[in-house]
Amino acid sequence: MNIHEYQGKQILKSFGVAVQEGFVAETVEQAVEAAKKLKADYNSDFAVIKAQIHAGGRGKGGGVKVAKNLDEVREKAGAILGMNLITPQTSAAGKLVSKVLVAQDVYYPGPNPTKEFYMSVLLNRATGRNIIMYTTEGGMDIEEVAEHHPDKIWKEEIDPKVGLQAFQARKIAFNLGLSGEAFKGMTKFVASLYKAYDSIDASMFEINPLFKTSDDKIIAVDAKVTFDGNGLYRHPDYEAMRDITEEDPTEVEARLAELNYVKLDGNVGCMVNGAGLAMATMDIIKLSGGDPANFLDVGGTANAERVEKAFRIILKDPNVKAILVNIFGGIVRCDRVAQGIVDAYKNMGTINVPIIVRLQGTNAEEAKKIIDESGLKVYSAIQLQEAADLVKELIKK
Amino acid sequence: MSVLVNKDSKVIVQGFTGSEGTFHATQMIEYGTNVVGGVTPGKGGTKHLDRPVFNTVAEAVKLVAADVSIIFVPAPFAADAIMESADAGIKVIVCITEGIPVKDMIAVKEYIKGKNCRLIGPNCPGVITAGEAKVGIMPGFVFKKGTIGIVSKSGTLTYEAADQIVKAGLGITTAIGIGGDPIIGTPTKDAIELLMNDPETEAIVMIGEIGGNYEAEAARWIRANGNKKPVVGFIAGQTAPKGRTMGHAGAIVGGKDDTAEAKMAIMRECGIHVVESPAVIGKTMAKVLGKVAV
Repeated sequence: MNIHEYQGKQILKSFGVAVQEGFVAETVEQAVEAAKKLKADYNSDFAVIKAQIHAGGRGKGGGVKVAKNLDEVREKAGAILGMNLITPQTSAAGKLVSKVLVAQDVYYPGPNPTKEFYMSVLLNRATGRNIIMYTTEGGMDIEEVAEHHPDKIWKEEIDPKVGLQAFQARKIAFNLGLSGEAFKGMTKFVASLYKAYDSIDASMFEINPLFKTSDDKIIAVDAKVTFDGNGLYRHPDYEAMRDITEEDPTEVEARLAELNYVKLDGNVGCMVNGAGLAMATMDIIKLSGGDPANFLDVGGTANAERVEKAFRIILKDPNVKAILVNIFGGIVRCDRVAQGIVDAYKNMGTINVPIIVRLQGTNAEEAKKIIDESGLKVYSAIQLQEAADLVKELIKK
Repeated sequence: MSVLVNKDSKVIVQGFTGSEGTFHATQMIEYGTNVVGGVTPGKGGTKHLDRPVFNTVAEAVKLVAADVSIIFVPAPFAADAIMESADAGIKVIVCITEGIPVKDMIAVKEYIKGKNCRLIGPNCPGVITAGEAKVGIMPGFVFKKGTIGIVSKSGTLTYEAADQIVKAGLGITTAIGIGGDPIIGTPTKDAIELLMNDPETEAIVMIGEIGGNYEAEAARWIRANGNKKPVVGFIAGQTAPKGRTMGHAGAIVGGKDDTAEAKMAIMRECGIHVVESPAVIGKTMAKVLGKVAV
């Protein structure tokens, strides 16, 4: 689960992580009030208006602007709130901005040069341990850094028996070339950042840029916080931060129906039992000349009710020109699934796209018979290759 | 021979009296698995499915010499169940449970290090040695006895592969479902190694997914060890978009190294017979072994 920058910063701050301060606003008036409060509480002369959407690259799309006075706050917050923000990470349609973070200016003049770093915390799957990954090349796309300057990326692995040690935080601060106050600030930052990560069942923290101010303070200017969905049951307060307006409405509906659905851009919908087989089915669609319109794992119980819900969800996508149902009946019997499909089909009245049903496993022959004798416009298959050939044939039409 | 489990394995079920545990224990017993009892804390001393229920795994080890455990307990308690088994001296721990937090699995991985046990899973279909023991949730009838080993991250895709192998006139020694989570007890390489060392296994099917580096690691190991047995490989998720979790918590493309394309390229380089279509796994294996598919 992803959350907004302002929520991520609230969480980090509660663990003692220094962040760029700010107040969230949903209207221009609230933005102006926020800017006044920034001046009063943090003596920030300028205000940075930052669009709150679940996508990076906001600056490139015009979603981050500096306001030098209250008139500019009014003008720039007005322009960003309600805009359709298109960034390299959103779809071509962009995302509607309904909240802005009015944040303190951190680029104020001072005795020393400012610096931008990058830091993330994540799982190293190869070792099954968490790592802190960091580089002096802040503000940039980390994948570009990894590609062109892999030598500039450092990784610090955390031993789960003892957690992050002080020497590791010092090593990070030294590697980033810091000294004096900034060095101290960085060691404290790293320690509290990891404490937060470990405490909240996060699956990823990304701080970019991680900033050194001209007076040597170390603060998170942006914060991307992602939760491990499996750990959310332990944190109902964080789960409440979920913003479903940021998610695809069909995916939200599918989640409430306990279907595992991911919307894609193709033209052939699919319904499968099991995540691996579902991905493999998407691959079959592609190899047959189509493009998968979705990932959908119906899970172990493919009864009529679930099948109908799945059909309805797939058919919400107007791009779907055909549907491939691929069920390997192991414990669940294929004839029951077939009956479920027939019942769902009849309940829904007319389905205007061709459906290919491939049922293999327990009672596959009986299942094929049920489909073939139903009188519905459904193509049946038993072997996976037969289903692939049917997809190819139908796409040609 | 076979690997991990066989007809002599003394299997206990953790979460024995729950609905999942009861259903699958019944199926396992019907398959012929030597289920010697189960563990449900607080129900020790009773009987379930005509077998003894114990309060602790240690008790089951002491009283019925259990050496394999299969775990069906819910996700919030599953990590604890794995560690209890490891502590009690269980040799093969199969965790079916899906949805265990990563944080818990980091602790488990650390805890079982150096202990004399092997963890399979979590979030996996289990292990089956055809005709001997089913320690999992797979449909037993699909797995006819033969000489092909299977290692897979996925459940139904494993059944699909086994079914194709059988229809191609071949059969299965042991199929190992290693699980689709970011942290699992037995990565692809370790499972492949077991089958490479099994004299009964003539060839191996290796099924992977997007995300992580397990398949690349296994492929490099296979080459470094002289490609002793033919391996047919498939990676699911060629069409998966970057940054989206495809059902399995671990199936997510992070960078360019864990895409299906990148993994398949490495597997090819290492001498694995990579198939692009999951529909031709069985046929390809028959061809590789010089046997014509039925």
